[in-house]
Amino acid sequence: MLRKSTRMAVSGLTLAALVAATGGVVGAKTLAHARKADTVKTLTGAGSTFDYPFFSRAFYVYQQKTGVQVNYQSIGSGAGIEQFSAGTVDFGATDVPMNSDEVKKAQAHGGPVIQIPITLGGVAMAYNLPSVKQQLKFTPKALADIYLGKVKKWNDPEITSVNKGVKLPNLPIVVVHRSDGSGTSYIFTDYLSSVSSEWAKKVGKGKSVNWPVGIGAKGNEAVATSVRNTQGAIGYVELAYAMQTKMTYGLIQNKAGVFVAPTPKSIAAAAATKPNVSATNFSIVNAPGKDSYPISGFSWVLLYRHYPDAAKEQALVKLFQWMETDGQNEASAVNYVPLPQNIRDSALAKLDTMH
Amino acid sequence: MKRRSDRVLDGWLWFAALLALALFMAFFIMLGTESRASVLRFGWRFVVTSVWDPVHSVFGALPFLYGTAVTSLFALVFGGLVGVCTAVFLVYFVRGWFRSWLGGAIELLAAIPSVVYGLWGLFVLAPWLQHTLEPWLGRWLGFLPLFQGVPYGVGYLAAGLILSVMILPTVTALSRDVLLAVPRDIHEGALALGATTQEMITHVALPYARSGIISALMLGLGRAVGETIAVTMVIGNRPEISASLFAPGYTMASVIANEFTEATTHVYLSALYEVGLLLFLLTVAFYVVARLFIRGIAKTEGNV
Repeated sequence: MLRKSTRMAVSGLTLAALVAATGGVVGAKTLAHARKADTVKTLTGAGSTFDYPFFSRAFYVYQQKTGVQVNYQSIGSGAGIEQFSAGTVDFGATDVPMNSDEVKKAQAHGGPVIQIPITLGGVAMAYNLPSVKQQLKFTPKALADIYLGKVKKWNDPEITSVNKGVKLPNLPIVVVHRSDGSGTSYIFTDYLSSVSSEWAKKVGKGKSVNWPVGIGAKGNEAVATSVRNTQGAIGYVELAYAMQTKMTYGLIQNKAGVFVAPTPKSIAAAAATKPNVSATNFSIVNAPGKDSYPISGFSWVLLYRHYPDAAKEQALVKLFQWMETDGQNEASAVNYVPLPQNIRDSALAKLDTMH
Repeated sequence: MKRRSDRVLDGWLWFAALLALALFMAFFIMLGTESRASVLRFGWRFVVTSVWDPVHSVFGALPFLYGTAVTSLFALVFGGLVGVCTAVFLVYFVRGWFRSWLGGAIELLAAIPSVVYGLWGLFVLAPWLQHTLEPWLGRWLGFLPLFQGVPYGVGYLAAGLILSVMILPTVTALSRDVLLAVPRDIHEGALALGATTQEMITHVALPYARSGIISALMLGLGRAVGETIAVTMVIGNRPEISASLFAPGYTMASVIANEFTEATTHVYLSALYEVGLLLFLLTVAFYVVARLFIRGIAKTEGNV
């Protein structure tokens, strides 16, 4: 009660100051907006399961601060795009931005769409080799050839040549991949396509692809379990998940030739190389720079530029302005990667185009 | 002239019955229209080819049909056998508190959510298969193509075993009830003619109850065919046809569960709907075959 009344008093004061400062028509309009925005107490969103741990924490903090409750259903990016385009939710979230066809469909419902990066994800290569104590190094070619089924044993020269001094066993490689359509698979296959022309031609990139070899496991936890249970297994998992569960994962050679571990820092470094990231040019796999981790990608929030309900629109703008500033601090708490400053700035600029 | 309350009841019952029929038709029509794009584009190739490539929009569902058939039949044979034997045991070999206690425990297996079966399969069953059962089978029965290849733990065998456990309560409970309904004088007649308990069961009780037992098995099969999440977690999700039970496979329900949420292109979604349509038709076919079978049995019994 106390908190609520204080907040109302504060917003009243702010409004009074605002009206005094601007005066006239503009002030009146802002006043009307602000007053209405205060009446919107719930917002709804749907989409990416990857975003969910970050969102649930950030939205909880936001509710404590502002009293605005955000209901987010983590039903998958594809379903999130569907619901956003049908107008059943206020915003969508997706691991891969909407393509032009999807944008067209959404536009037909609610007019122009904006897509802003909201967080970053990295993909770690986890493996199970109990006899190997050192952290293994992987070249892009070795990873592509393992997933193409051309490198079949752990003591293959493609792996041993960059792991001097490591005694690799003569063990078959068991490849594990995600079976459910996922942004993690998209980032990983996007990476393999960018480093191997053979992969690009034969398999390509997508949330689900026709994997040349390996077993499919549903979700990060099933991939992790399969890797843990099987000696000689290798699988890709979301970095936040790999860190929380303390899995063994490898160093990957980046474009500059350096072997880099996946860390929030090395992923942010890759993201920072692309300040003008957009929904049509969003890939940051195999990014330049000696500190960049090569297998990572952005996750996106989908908004309409204009909502029929002005109060809701204001509430959404406020929410995502916070998410692109203070909200980013909540990311590291759950092992997510906060966006670099230049990316936040461009996202905030996009939010300013909402009216 | 019917009373007013009777007419209200009549109307309500008609409505309830027609609602079920309408829902059935609505599902069928929805699956049919949604899968139209895929049917037109791939035609018969959809059910006879094995490449499932969402990136290049090439879809062949044969491995899913195969996986559903193999895992369900495995469950029908293995789970069905264990289920019917348990029912016989419950009816003829135990009495009193132990019978109701054991029967209750088996029926409670049906109350465990399938995702819990899936987790158990992934964390307990699959590692055990991989490290213990599959190497053992490979060593002693490896000459059969069924038991060859690398033991991954996850695969047809894991899925078949999980499904066997899952259909056990249905098969056991229904078979037990059917056997309990066999009239006492038939039992006693057989025993009075000098039959042993074993002969009485195999020659009198089971034949008498067979249409009911077949219904029980068909209901179990229905559950196995449509089971989604538990199978998805242990089958390995690889769209490939393999003779070995150790190999990873894929089922129709699993591919829908895995890929539906992220299927974005029209033809991809349509292909998944077509898999759903095939699954629906398969279930209907099983049901019709079971009905015909039971009717056939009823007829021959009538002739005796």
